[in-house]
Amino acid sequence: MRCAILAGLAILVTGSTLDGAAAFAASAEKGKAAFVRHGCWQCHGFQGQGGIAGPKLAPDPIAIEAFTAFVRTTNRAMPPYMEAVLSNEELADIHAYLQSIPKPADYKSIPLLNQ
Amino acid sequence: MHVAVAETATPKELPRIGGVAGSDFMVDVIKTLDIKYLPSNPASSFRALHESLIDYGGNKMPEFLTCTHEESAVGMAHGYFKAAGKPLMTLVHGTVGLQHATMAIYNAWCDRAPMIVVGGNDLDAAHRPPGVPTFHSAQDINAIVRDYTKWDDTPVSLQHFAQSFVRAYKIATTPPYGPVAISLDAGLQQEPITENGEKLYIPRYVPTSPPQGDTGAVKEAARLLANAQNPVIVVDRAARTENGVRLIVQLAEALQASVVDQGGRMNFPTTHYLRRSPTAVNNADVITGMELSDYWGSVNAYIDNGEHGIGVNTSKIRPGTKLISISSVDLNTKSNYQDFQRFQTIDVQMAADAEATLPALIEAVKAAIPGDRKAAIEKRGEAAKKAFAEAAERTRQAAALAWDASPVSTARLVMETFAQIKDLDWSLVSSSGNVSNWPRRLWPMEKHYRWLGASGGYGVGYGAPASVGAALANRDLGRFSISIQSDGDLMYAPGVLWTAARHGIPLLAVMHNNRGYHQEVMHVQRLSNFRNRVASLGKDMGPIGTSIQNPDIEYHKLAESMGWWAKGPIKDPSELAPALKQAVAAVNSGQPALLNVWTQPR
Repeated sequence: MRCAILAGLAILVTGSTLDGAAAFAASAEKGKAAFVRHGCWQCHGFQGQGGIAGPKLAPDPIAIEAFTAFVRTTNRAMPPYMEAVLSNEELADIHAYLQSIPKPADYKSIPLLNQ
Repeated sequence: MHVAVAETATPKELPRIGGVAGSDFMVDVIKTLDIKYLPSNPASSFRALHESLIDYGGNKMPEFLTCTHEESAVGMAHGYFKAAGKPLMTLVHGTVGLQHATMAIYNAWCDRAPMIVVGGNDLDAAHRPPGVPTFHSAQDINAIVRDYTKWDDTPVSLQHFAQSFVRAYKIATTPPYGPVAISLDAGLQQEPITENGEKLYIPRYVPTSPPQGDTGAVKEAARLLANAQNPVIVVDRAARTENGVRLIVQLAEALQASVVDQGGRMNFPTTHYLRRSPTAVNNADVITGMELSDYWGSVNAYIDNGEHGIGVNTSKIRPGTKLISISSVDLNTKSNYQDFQRFQTIDVQMAADAEATLPALIEAVKAAIPGDRKAAIEKRGEAAKKAFAEAAERTRQAAALAWDASPVSTARLVMETFAQIKDLDWSLVSSSGNVSNWPRRLWPMEKHYRWLGASGGYGVGYGAPASVGAALANRDLGRFSISIQSDGDLMYAPGVLWTAARHGIPLLAVMHNNRGYHQEVMHVQRLSNFRNRVASLGKDMGPIGTSIQNPDIEYHKLAESMGWWAKGPIKDPSELAPALKQAVAAVNSGQPALLNVWTQPR
């Protein structure tokens, strides 16, 4: 819900920017590199799995509009990334990378998680 | 004096020392107390006591353990206490050695770990040798640790030493526990006993009872808890012993109250249905905090993302929530080095030891529960069981994320490790770095020694020596010790690896090697973002100055060179199980073992 509210707010404020981010032909491969280059891995892990420092981002990332709005305007624990730091193209690529991450196995099928 | 000759190159004939050495009497004093080991790095300023300990005292009770850094010696004493429940002493050179030891003493202070730190010092300026021994003397060596020790003294006679040492032991081991320091004059150690007509005696040690909460305050706390709709118990270093765990369980079950264990110790079983995450305070109407380092932080949040680079404070709790505190640290506050956080107004505050107060509080709660509340309390317990089961499912599914990733996910790291040790009487002696709390989220911890807590003062460099110290205690108690060892922590004073091998201390160290000072990585990234600048990475993965790569450190080779069984680097999670099997076998044979595992950041 919070992301949705933020997304709506951001569209009002920076609608053209969001349109721009969503409009790129995104590359998951480039996104993986940008995910590392811009430090997303630091809190979310190399596969966006999340942890104590940051929530899970993948699989099934939130929609690109909400994702972009949050990255640009967050006032929560994560500092915002402005366009001067992280371009719309890179942001779209990162989203594509997160979308490319497959679902994990059900924990019930992993013996070590059923000890 | 021999050291003076060597260090000043001014040789001269010195008379032999006659009579009974003062330091022999000091050994007699030390032996009356239950101090099993003495981890230390040798130094000239305590050479007389050192000689008496190993020759007159037979190197038993205490046994001298050779350390390569004073920080390691203190860290070992810190970890040893948390596993054994008994303090150690250490000897340090009064100036440079004590300076090396300070950070570890600060950790022990913040973590309520008792120990006796004895610093050798040549007080008499007219008597001490010139040159290095004089440079290495000071008027008041204890000054640099006075802000984070419970007590210190400078005995000027042997009888004074006997009183000081027994007093030091007594003060250190009375809750709130903490380190104490004694400045020990080199002349007093070295000179023969001259009793001047008075016979030296050793005071008898009798433990002091811990402080218990005021009866009226206990009753008021019980009244609030018994009538609460949603009471929550928050614990940090509340359980000093196994009995403390039992008492917290009794209190929680009497109220069917949620328990948030902040993990300063193993306070509450991870398998108990009343265990909750820190968000449990959000809907509480009465919160009892026991031995919390940071009450403010337990009920408030700070978001490091405000306007103009200043963070934002918010409350986590509902207005009107009643707050109760039982903490012995209220009796132990100092002015300079602060060991408390922001000021939090508390409704019922007891300056008392939580474990000592719990029996009275439990009885008072049972007496205060109104007859018509009992059904509601029982219902609360049923809801808690359902919520606990659901949370456990969510946690396990979260652990499945990135399960096959390389570098290895921290969840995979800890569960592969657990698979190899679960049938042993294991003790997780340290988890330095940050593995997203997976052990405390996924491992069944029901005994006090299953988890020993962290550094206390956030001084990096605690993990390796504290693990070795705790493993020493566990060796004698027949337990299997595991540490999750971070890379940054190990590099502060890796020489403690040699101490473990030298003294036959078995320990399984599984490395959480994320190749960086990860706690600091995001701080720099955050500031770059606030300032709208791209963080400079140089040739590393994290902002310049926060990575430990290029070259990557081969920790397994480092450990192997100091007598450990070691293997690595392991980057593929499928290689973990066979390597862990070998490592466990090595530890079971009495050897310390280290696995260098490349991991995800957290």
